[in-house]
Amino acid sequence: MIKIEINGQIVEAHEGDMLIDVADEAKIPIPRFCYHKKLSIAANCRMCLVEVEGAPKALPACATPVTDGMKVHTRSPKARAAQKAVMEFLLINHPLDCPICDQGGECELQDVAFEYGNDVGKYSEAKRVVPDHDVGPLIATDMTRCIHCTRCVRFGQEISGLMELGAVGRSEWMEITTYVGKSITSEISGNIIDLCPVGALTSKPFRFKARAWEMVAHPSIAAHDSLGSHIEVHTYQDKVMRVVPRDNEAINETWLSDRDRFAYEGINSQDRLTVPLAKSKGQWDEQEWEDALNQTVELLKPHLNNPDTVGVLVSPNATVEELYLLRKLLHAHGVKDIETRLRQIDFRLDEAAGKPVAPGLVNTLPEIEAMESVLLVGSNLRYEIPLLNLRVRKAQLEGARVRVLNVADYPFTFDLEDKVIADPQALVDTLKVLVRAAAELKGTEIPAGAEDAVVSEQHQAWAKDLVESGKATIMVGAMAQQSPLYADFVLWSARLADLTGATINVVPQSANEVGAYQVGAVPANGGNIDSMLASDKKAWIVVGIDPELDTVYGARLKQALDQADTVISLTAYDSEYLRSVSDIMLPIAVHTETAGTFVNATGDWQSFKIASAAPGDAKPLWKILRVLGNLLDMDGFDYVHADEVLEEAKAQTQSLGSVQGDLAIPARTCDKPVVLGEWSLYSVDPIVRRSEPLQKAAGAARPVVRSAIEADEIVLNTPAGPITLPNEYDESVAPGVVLVPMGLSETADVTLTDVSVAAS
Amino acid sequence: MASIPLNECCYRLNHLDKSWDIETYMANGGYEVWKKVLAGELTPQEIIDEVKASNIRGRGGAGFPTGLKWSFMNRYAPGPKYILCNSDEGEPGTFKDRDILRYNPHQLVEGMMIAGYVIGANTGYNYIRGEFWEPYKRFDQAVQQAYEAGLLGKNILGSGWDFDLYTHLGAGAYICGEETALIESIEGKKGQPRFKPPFPASFGLYGRPTTINNTETLASIPMILAKGGKWFADLGVPGAGGTKIFSVSGHVEKPGNYEIRMGTPFKDLLALAGGVWKGRKLKAVIPGGSSTAVLPAEKALEMNMDYDSIAKAGSFLGAGSVIIMDETTDMVKALDRLTWFYYEESCGQCTPCREGTGWMHRVVHRIYTGKGRPEDIDMLKDVSGKIMGRVICGLGDAAAIPVASFLEHFEHEFRHYIEHGCSIYDRA
Ligand SMILES: Cc1cc2nc3c(=O)[nH]c(=O)nc-3n(C[C@H](O)[C@H](O)[C@H](O)COP(=O)(O)O)c2cc1C
Ligand code: SF4
Ligand code: FES
Repeated sequence: MIKIEINGQIVEAHEGDMLIDVADEAKIPIPRFCYHKKLSIAANCRMCLVEVEGAPKALPACATPVTDGMKVHTRSPKARAAQKAVMEFLLINHPLDCPICDQGGECELQDVAFEYGNDVGKYSEAKRVVPDHDVGPLIATDMTRCIHCTRCVRFGQEISGLMELGAVGRSEWMEITTYVGKSITSEISGNIIDLCPVGALTSKPFRFKARAWEMVAHPSIAAHDSLGSHIEVHTYQDKVMRVVPRDNEAINETWLSDRDRFAYEGINSQDRLTVPLAKSKGQWDEQEWEDALNQTVELLKPHLNNPDTVGVLVSPNATVEELYLLRKLLHAHGVKDIETRLRQIDFRLDEAAGKPVAPGLVNTLPEIEAMESVLLVGSNLRYEIPLLNLRVRKAQLEGARVRVLNVADYPFTFDLEDKVIADPQALVDTLKVLVRAAAELKGTEIPAGAEDAVVSEQHQAWAKDLVESGKATIMVGAMAQQSPLYADFVLWSARLADLTGATINVVPQSANEVGAYQVGAVPANGGNIDSMLASDKKAWIVVGIDPELDTVYGARLKQALDQADTVISLTAYDSEYLRSVSDIMLPIAVHTETAGTFVNATGDWQSFKIASAAPGDAKPLWKILRVLGNLLDMDGFDYVHADEVLEEAKAQTQSLGSVQGDLAIPARTCDKPVVLGEWSLYSVDPIVRRSEPLQKAAGAARPVVRSAIEADEIVLNTPAGPITLPNEYDESVAPGVVLVPMGLSETADVTLTDVSVAAS
Repeated sequence: MASIPLNECCYRLNHLDKSWDIETYMANGGYEVWKKVLAGELTPQEIIDEVKASNIRGRGGAGFPTGLKWSFMNRYAPGPKYILCNSDEGEPGTFKDRDILRYNPHQLVEGMMIAGYVIGANTGYNYIRGEFWEPYKRFDQAVQQAYEAGLLGKNILGSGWDFDLYTHLGAGAYICGEETALIESIEGKKGQPRFKPPFPASFGLYGRPTTINNTETLASIPMILAKGGKWFADLGVPGAGGTKIFSVSGHVEKPGNYEIRMGTPFKDLLALAGGVWKGRKLKAVIPGGSSTAVLPAEKALEMNMDYDSIAKAGSFLGAGSVIIMDETTDMVKALDRLTWFYYEESCGQCTPCREGTGWMHRVVHRIYTGKGRPEDIDMLKDVSGKIMGRVICGLGDAAAIPVASFLEHFEHEFRHYIEHGCSIYDRA
């Protein structure tokens, strides 16, 4: 530690730390624009100039390393003069259109100008005007306001890994722009809205909706992937106006994915169900809650005598409280088939372990960032969990070697050391080879099943790197999880991890996927969605999902719902499909409208409070379940607070199997061509699907099949008959693989347990 | 005027037929030093000592002692290192490097080879101004000849030393002459200066240790080593050794490049260039390129052409680009043109320069077009003062210095414009 003096105050610092960081730590204000703690130093705005004794010129605090005994003045006449000069220069060409600027009230330029600027400008020439470009549905540009700090440019270069913005032109004509005519497509592009210190880059959906000071900020947890990013929900008159990240180094740092940032537009969708509806004689009638709940109980009661004939499908984005109460209510009546794993088709792991085997990250995100070697198994990580992808990117930039086993050559935002792109069976076979290579390296016995594997130099290099890297991990992603060979992927990955000393992270996808396992929202009787659909359910309860879109069971599920006597829907959204199959539809609140808890990928229980009002008569699900419990004359449903439910849920977590290499599973093969489902960034859940800006964004799903088959169309067999989809010839897809976009009405019949390519 | 020795170093071959050909060069002692170096007869340390003894200061404009600059490099540090030659020659008034490239390119090639050897660089780039198509071809041809003669490439003359030399043509931005912008430009990025530290010696091209020198600096090296550092030092004055090429332009009878000894009186240089044209009187001189302060005739006529003397007169030797202005020169018009240049050429990266150069130009232009206001003079002084010392690279200061110096010496001409809407020479 060294000592420096800032404005006469002695401050301790590490030699070489930048002056601005030392001053920040000591809470001594230094104005700045280009500096950002997560970006490289540009030192171009010159706002942070301070006086350092002995230096002839004022020095930029953001780029001046401290040395022992340094004496700094941030408010001396010399420092002030420099700061005022820079402020004046920044303002001469700035439009000063604060009254019509969305950044007003939270503008760094405004704040700093207030403190360091003059009250009258001396500049009387014409001001610069910069034409705007449409950069897509998420970000609005007013480039005349740009102060050229290049934070947005550096974000692309350094953080997102997509250089979509750059500076062109010199001098006053320097302009921040996208590559000729392109829009911004990054899955985390919205962060440049936060980074931009002025109103040059603002949120398009939020444009002109509310003023910063009119809104109420509610700390909350993001709900559209498994990380549980920390967010702030900003509401105006109890309606969500926008979502921004909250700093949290362990999870999202200062970032947020576009999905978690802009999904809220789906919360405000016109499709929200606002009153309970009941069907009588083919007619839907609006109901008072009391009547609706009584009818629900009436509908349910007869089936509770035959609990095995009741199936419950729940969104893995439901809260711990909601899932726990569902389980409590239904288990008490013997209903065990509560399922949240709507996209899994291979359950052999559970069968082998005798209990559900939950995915999860065994490493924290900072640990993942520090990995030296990463093997991604069946994962388009960028689109699955954008901010987890960022951590792997950081590791790669620091020198980690990232290798992938994938069914398609997905465009990563970092360099891959090596890759194998093949069909699932071939990928599993590759894992076996790697296991054999690792066993040979370690001089241990070659595990059964890998005896026939033929090791090449490539495989040796892969295995060697996992063995020799002090920090190595194998990450199993959504593509593997949703494939027919999930169990093989996990087992062989686990065996490889055991042999090499790497960790194994099976990446959970949904906000409360891990919580669902813990509180028992997966069948405890060895069942699963597949077996549920195979048994003859007479009653279904569907909660928080679009049943035709949110599973990979397509027509099979639709037929099951059609054939059931009773379908009770608890839903945030009204939809034609739900109306066509349900007997009753109860409007529920979404996550911002209830208090609740998500258990994230790393196993953290993160609770949040109500941020916005549910529309109309919609109610938090946990409250609905509480009343249903009472109506069913059950004990223990007299909660006053969601906290009480949480306490109980925590105390009653269920016992789970863990990912282990020594489980024995029955063999399964997977014939080619194999049809696999692909979830685009913005088709993953009902809220995201209804966010209009996201649906217009680059990550939205298109109803097009991708394959390396040369055909304009591909016909897929489904239980509801063949469907024809346009085919995009794509050499990046492994031979023998057909990728079908899921979560779209066009593919709603595709049933991944029962699908084949009929013709192409 | 006693006879002035001319062309003793970089231009020593320029009078010869096909001076740019390798045969001419080798017939005149060319590549002998390089061969000695490869044979181990001159060690890197000896070369640095000799360069230090020569008292040569960088010819690119900043005048940094070259021997000292080279000693910042650790020749034996592992990994790639680079030697870069700055032939961007963008400073208004400067055209000396062009004639080295055109008429004595091999001496530059040899200088780069030696410099690369000293600092441990196996790769060199010569970054040539985009408009210099003919000089570019000449230099590139010289490089090819050197390869053919086995003086470049792998294991040169069996010495075990490798050196590759590339010619890079710029694309017409003044800022790319600034050394770190030049580095960015070679890397294929937008030419923008980097914030320093780190300096190129620790983090240069592709993040590797790099030395960058001006064309004239590097072309002087073979002569310094052939004839000895002391020879070179003795040509000049105590503050700066050697000869220096001065590009004389403007209102003289014989504009052109003059390689003369440091410390030669300005008067003699002016006489060499045929004196002020049309028999007119001298009004003002910009002694070191447009970025250096303008001097009124009285001061200029007293100075000698070396760093200390020009500094005493109130300006800087810079790149040795002497712009002569006769008694009819409209200083407002001259500054209007200069401010336009910097306004055009600012890279746009840092605030004071991006915003200030345009502001200064607009005000000067307003005065020049007869719409000046009384407060404009103070405003110009204020704005130029606010840029100086607050920017990333030298361009901001370079833009402010002309404004400040023109006003310092010729404020009355600006006042006249503001009051009468025309120059002091117009019959209003
Ligand atoms: C705006 C600007 C433009 C410059 N242009 C040139 C140039 O055209 N040629 C040059 O040699 N040096 C130029 N320089 C100086 C270089 O940055 C650098 O100091 C020089 O190339 C170092 O070589 P030397 O030590 O041999 O002089 C420029 C500097 C600035 C700030
Ligand atoms: S758009 Fe915003 S973030 Fe980007 S350079 Fe301009 S002011 Fe900075
Ligand atoms: S914050 Fe230091 S120069 Fe911009």
